Amino acid sequence: MSTPTQAQVATARDLLASLGDLGGHIKGDDIAHLEVHGNEVVGSHLVPGLSIDVDELDDGIEAWIHVGKGVRIDKPVHMCFGMLPTEGLQRIVMHVEADEDSFASVQAHCTFPNAIDITHKMDAEVKIAPGATYEYFERHLHGAEGGVIVVPRTKVHVGEGGRFKTEFELIKGMAGVIDFDYEVDCDAFSTLDMITRIIGRGHDRVRINEVGHLNGEGAKAVLQSHLALRDDASAEIYNTLTASAPHARGHVDCKEIVQGRATAKAVPVVEVNHPLAHVTHEAAIGSVDSKQLQTLMSRGLDEDAATDLIIEGLLS
Amino acid sequence: MGVLELRDVKLELGGKAILNGLSVDFWEGHIHALIGPNGAGKSTLAGAIMGLPDYRHMEGDILLDGESIRDLPVDERARRGITLAWQEPARFEGLRVDKFVLAGAKDRSADTVRRVLQRVGLDPEKYAKRSVDKTLSGGERKRIELASILAMEPRVVLMDEPDSGIDVEALTRIFDALADFKERGATVIMITHSEEVLRHAEHAFLLCNGCIIRKGSAGRIDDYFADKCAHCDHENVPVEEEVAAVVE
Repeated sequence: MSTPTQAQVATARDLLASLGDLGGHIKGDDIAHLEVHGNEVVGSHLVPGLSIDVDELDDGIEAWIHVGKGVRIDKPVHMCFGMLPTEGLQRIVMHVEADEDSFASVQAHCTFPNAIDITHKMDAEVKIAPGATYEYFERHLHGAEGGVIVVPRTKVHVGEGGRFKTEFELIKGMAGVIDFDYEVDCDAFSTLDMITRIIGRGHDRVRINEVGHLNGEGAKAVLQSHLALRDDASAEIYNTLTASAPHARGHVDCKEIVQGRATAKAVPVVEVNHPLAHVTHEAAIGSVDSKQLQTLMSRGLDEDAATDLIIEGLLS
Repeated sequence: MGVLELRDVKLELGGKAILNGLSVDFWEGHIHALIGPNGAGKSTLAGAIMGLPDYRHMEGDILLDGESIRDLPVDERARRGITLAWQEPARFEGLRVDKFVLAGAKDRSADTVRRVLQRVGLDPEKYAKRSVDKTLSGGERKRIELASILAMEPRVVLMDEPDSGIDVEALTRIFDALADFKERGATVIMITHSEEVLRHAEHAFLLCNGCIIRKGSAGRIDDYFADKCAHCDHENVPVEEEVAAVVE
């Protein structure tokens, strides 16, 4: 990646400024970072053991991220994707390879503060070698219009004893349309931890499809989807967890708070193909729990404040 | 005149009379106990005083400082100083203890969290950032609920079976909290089946079939525990049946 121009530096600054108190995008010599505005890399910094190669496409970027064998990147790698204009398409194609016994944690912020008609697509392929850990926390900031279509598609393979943790969070601004699709294959003694937290408002439409395959002995997974929906928002959540090896363990947890005219559907699918495997699920959809509400109201909070606090907890 | 007065309070649930024209004064700065058999109407009375939605259709009146609060919702009653500690405190997934404690606190500082958690015997360093969820035992949640009430500095505290499901250490902390409420001049109304808890009350009311059938100093009422009610032929409605009636 080449040294950014003055104009690119200014764009990167504006992009990061749009994150506001979502924050967390920290810079420093020992902190790797990458900023992509539309199809342009406007800022980057690498640390030893981490390589990021980027091709700029017509409508986005294609990136190859590699964490070397045994490399431990102690401080989170910060990535910022987004677009400042009101309209456009940003496509991120990402190939991640975490070599054996490596560790990397990525804090990705996706910001579309002025969106009216923006599509943000992510096609990612993640290969986590045996003993490696790769964490990917993606936080979205959308504007008040909700004019964003977010389409993340990710396929992950976790090698023996490896670990993949991912969180997708959209709790600020209008979600718009989210069509989320993750599929993870887990080898023996690997761990998968997938969390989705979304607040839907207005006419937001959310579709989540999370699939985990516990293929190896002793593989473990937790899939969690916590959503709060209000106004006319709607959501469909499909969580699928299959366990096909001895001592594979998994749990699916889907909780949705629905208010106003919002609607929600949860479809947890658990499939066990080995007598020594064990998978559980729980799904709860409904209004705010009345006892929680009454408890907080009996401390003096009005109904709206109590509801907000309950939702804040659920999505924390 | 009491700080909290109930006047001819009647309440039916599912066509069944639960509170039958109940009139009682709770005196300011005193610790009161409500005792009586299951289904006598004790928890219903606490819910009616708090203004919980299932009990808002009550007849009669409830006065705080001589002013009717019967038409006020729960949160407005709380802002006027009434609060309720539940027999089985709610779980809040993901909601941190410190945020829960400060939700209704008068002083919303970190010092308050430390002070009230210590007062109920919980180490703030260990508990403040935990969630008020199923990872806490019932006794821990009970203490955290009490901490949140201490932080609120209420004028009237309704405590529904403060000793249920907790160990001896936790019970000691609850008695400490009672002393705090008393010192601050708060009025406490405890529902209990325990002689030990009753001994911490100054006044007691024996409820049966939705009526106060005896009242007086706690020492005068404790013969209830010596089976004085054993031969009562009143039909009381345990709370589970009340709830079932509402659901139906």
